[in-house]
Amino acid sequence: MTYLIQGKTNDWEVVIGLEVHAQIISDAKLFSGAATSFGAEPNSQVSLVDAGMPGMLPVINEFCIQQAVRTGLGLDAKINLHSVFERKNYFYPDLPQGYQISQYLHPIVGEGMVRLDMPDGTREIGVERLHMEQDAGKSIHDQDPNRTFIDLNRSGVALMEIVSKPDLRSPEEAGAYLRKLRAIVQYLGTCDGNMEQGSLRCDANVSVRPSDSDELRTRAEIKNINSIRFVMQAIEYEAERQVDVYETGGSVVQETRLYDSDRGETRSMRSKEDAHDYRYFPDPDLLPIDLTPDYVEEIKKNLPELPDAKKVRFISEYGVTESDAGILVADQETAQYFEVVASGRDGKLAANWVIHELFGVLNKVGKGITDSPIVADKLGNLVDLISNRIISSRIAKDVFEEMVAKGKDPGVIVKEKGLKQITDAGEIETAVNNVIADNADQVKKFREGNEKLVGWFVGQVMKKTQGKANPQMVNELLLEKLKG
Amino acid sequence: MALDEATVRNIAKLARIKVPENEVPTLAEELSKIIEWIEQLNEVDTENVTPMTSMAEMVMPKRADKVTDGNYPDRVLSNAPNPEGPFYTVPKVVE
Amino acid sequence: MSKLTDLTIAEARDGLVNRKFSSVELTDAHVNAVEAARDLNAFVTETLDLAIERAKASDDRRAKGKPAGGMDGIPIAVKDLFCTEGVLTTASSHILDGFIPPYESTVSQNLRDAGSVMLGKTNMDEFAMGSANVTSFYGAVKNPWYVNDGKDRVPGGSSGGSAAAVAANISLGAAGSDTGGSIRQPASFCGVVGMKPTYGRCSRWGMVAFASSLDQAGPLTRTVRDAAIMLQAMAGHDSKDSTSSTEPVPNFEASITGEIKGLKIGIPLEYRIDGMSSEIEGLWSQGVEMLKDAGAEPVEVSLPHTKYALPTYYIVAPAEASSNLARYDGVRYGLRVDAETLDEMYETTRGEGFGQEVRRRIMIGAYVLSAGYYDAYYVKAQKLRTLILKDFSDAFKKVDAILTPTTPFAAFAIGEKMDDPVQMYINDVFTVPSSLAGLPAITVPAGLSDEGLPLGLHLITKPFGEETLFCVADVLEKLVSFHTKPAYLSKDAR
Repeated sequence: MTYLIQGKTNDWEVVIGLEVHAQIISDAKLFSGAATSFGAEPNSQVSLVDAGMPGMLPVINEFCIQQAVRTGLGLDAKINLHSVFERKNYFYPDLPQGYQISQYLHPIVGEGMVRLDMPDGTREIGVERLHMEQDAGKSIHDQDPNRTFIDLNRSGVALMEIVSKPDLRSPEEAGAYLRKLRAIVQYLGTCDGNMEQGSLRCDANVSVRPSDSDELRTRAEIKNINSIRFVMQAIEYEAERQVDVYETGGSVVQETRLYDSDRGETRSMRSKEDAHDYRYFPDPDLLPIDLTPDYVEEIKKNLPELPDAKKVRFISEYGVTESDAGILVADQETAQYFEVVASGRDGKLAANWVIHELFGVLNKVGKGITDSPIVADKLGNLVDLISNRIISSRIAKDVFEEMVAKGKDPGVIVKEKGLKQITDAGEIETAVNNVIADNADQVKKFREGNEKLVGWFVGQVMKKTQGKANPQMVNELLLEKLKG
Repeated sequence: MALDEATVRNIAKLARIKVPENEVPTLAEELSKIIEWIEQLNEVDTENVTPMTSMAEMVMPKRADKVTDGNYPDRVLSNAPNPEGPFYTVPKVVE
Repeated sequence: MSKLTDLTIAEARDGLVNRKFSSVELTDAHVNAVEAARDLNAFVTETLDLAIERAKASDDRRAKGKPAGGMDGIPIAVKDLFCTEGVLTTASSHILDGFIPPYESTVSQNLRDAGSVMLGKTNMDEFAMGSANVTSFYGAVKNPWYVNDGKDRVPGGSSGGSAAAVAANISLGAAGSDTGGSIRQPASFCGVVGMKPTYGRCSRWGMVAFASSLDQAGPLTRTVRDAAIMLQAMAGHDSKDSTSSTEPVPNFEASITGEIKGLKIGIPLEYRIDGMSSEIEGLWSQGVEMLKDAGAEPVEVSLPHTKYALPTYYIVAPAEASSNLARYDGVRYGLRVDAETLDEMYETTRGEGFGQEVRRRIMIGAYVLSAGYYDAYYVKAQKLRTLILKDFSDAFKKVDAILTPTTPFAAFAIGEKMDDPVQMYINDVFTVPSSLAGLPAITVPAGLSDEGLPLGLHLITKPFGEETLFCVADVLEKLVSFHTKPAYLSKDAR
């Protein structure tokens, strides 16, 4: 189903392209040996090169090249063996050299693709390119009424800029693209995808057009949105704003806008007169990167299993449904957790418990799966108890709650509380007989045609057995006896 | 003239150099002369020539991913015109 | 006149080794000379106390039998383009007011490690942009050569202070930098030896960058042998500079064998430019004859794109400079002119901080890189560079070295050639092509102009062929036998 904005005059389609800046996971910066870790004391992770001191020169971090190639391979993209660093010249206080070392005409990675699993089918979103560049420092505007403070810790950290083709057509698709991209780089270990800390940032290019049109109209760029939710909101707002502009006879201006999440609206950035003329030229302090096919092959051979492949494997190996598999591979930690639970066990059952029970708990206590109150092994033990019919699913839920509350092993809880399922046919028969004997009226009603009462009878037997009787056996036996 | 005054003002803006208004005409003349002199390069046919990419005919030297630098904020701030604690400062920027 | 200041580096080295004098005595003599020659304005910053300290340390090392290196105890000057730790470094610009680097450039550190003693930081054209040392924020440098017309002469540039210091015998040698001729042209104007090594021979780390693909550090000295000794101390691979060559550094002094029989010396026809003065032509022919007499074979070669080298240079160098000088913004060091807004601060700081020549070049640079002009100018210039490089490599298939004049004229008066920037650029017409091609080149004082001012001859060779250069230059130097001293050395005050 296409996402359309119903305007006053006609329906409008939204055209979205996303530019994602992903901080490369590396110990040291792209062109300097200073550290990259988040949250350090201001200007403590700044070398003379990062501070743009006179006479300083860049030397490239080999690992960052690897990480960029790795990411390109994860996007099924063309790796450009020859690429060039160019200077992007502009003035800003957190850009100490007065230029950013980036790649322009010859990026390290060319066209690729990201596959999205949307409710109405699979969509393939084109990636235009990926290039490496330096991050800038931080400008802090709220510490002093008259001055902006500058911290250059982030200046020079390696970034990958991943540019999508304008193939996205709705805020939902944009969200899905970001989630998928984040999962891919997390799986590859090339970026931690943490949007709050700013290791993943997104600029959205948004334009609209009449739904029957093919043209690409003027787009606005919404910069530096730091959560997927805000990206989706910003796109929605901006698209509607643009529709409004067109429908009231105006035209959309090509400009940079910011998303104000408090007000839920996009705003034009303070006028920057002309568009920037970045005067790109190849950085004369560096040489071009020339990779060999062997180098790329080596990285390709050692790629970890990526979300799409893992999803396929979960379906075939663990019998998980397509929809559940999609949820489980959405982030690497969840996938890893699930696999521990599911290994050597009933995959469907494992998926059920992770998705329908564990996630609920995690949401409630506000924790991520890596801080789960129940570790994967233990959840696996619980699944075993169910599969081996030691406890019923019903009882398992109680055990689960107890595990969350007290942190005990499921086996221990079952033992301590005597929750073992009753599967002895004799015991069940006794209970069933008792219930039938005690409830002649109900039996009569059942035999007169109210077959739904079997549920009530099952309830009674379960009460008599403190919920421990095996529900299937109870059901079978009851029906047998009730029907006479 | 190759460069008119408006262009000179634009370039001065790009380069963040304040050129007093009374110097603009002379500067436009000087720069134009230089550009006109440079134009003689058009006499040369460079259709099939690749631009020189780097002087050194080497492979780009690379370094290992190790932290070998930084952690000296005092040195880095030692020449700052108006530092505030561990920060550089500039007149307030409005975004 | 103190005899110690008349020595060459080689002689001083011998004197120190043979304990004829100490480094402190040698340095002291130079300290006095520097102080007495302040009217030349060769130095921006004198580091005379530091020099004595380092001289003492040198003598201590020698006493313990552990001299540091080839330049141990030798007093030298260092162009104010090299960042020197704890010592004011200005690149002769107002915008670097008060800048005290917390680091030392690789080249000046190499010189320190070799034991040399730094007398001070020499004056230069601002940001190395100029050919007369008249664009310095600290005032013009005077050439110790002059004639009886009452006019001060320029020492050339941008390493004007370095050349003047060596020529006036106030320093045994000086480290300079050459981008389009900034070592060779002032060396020629001041009657001293100046050498630009192959691009990548010396590290650029810690050198205030002007044009990254062209800048090279090199020595200015009074003899060719001295240049070899000093280059030995300066050169070498630096992993902090991605353009630094891993080519092994040979023993340069050992290449001075006095033997050039059978070497082919190229004479490029395109260097015979229109309006070339007869004295320059004469000098050049003499040079050819001398080398021929010494057994070399002159061969005519063609470097067809020579005339396009200067305009090519004046696209590439300003373009790179416009970007390299963007960091001088008043934020982290140097001059800051306070203002209400950030952009105003940038614009006033840079407007006031940069001189006129620097401003011109930054603007040309920004223009030739700007949208719509990049292909027509910058890319075009980089293509011309490829052609110029090819001209040379073709020539070097036939010859071992190329001989040309160093400058089209001798030192002019301070204040001349200021009307038209392009006029000033012509100074570098013979030196720029080898800069664009990254080739090693040297100038040797070879004669006097009709007025009595020095003129140099210039040798170029293939990449990393400095050994050939020193060998041929040494032979030329001996044959030329240029022993005239600048007028400054015989004036009454001394």
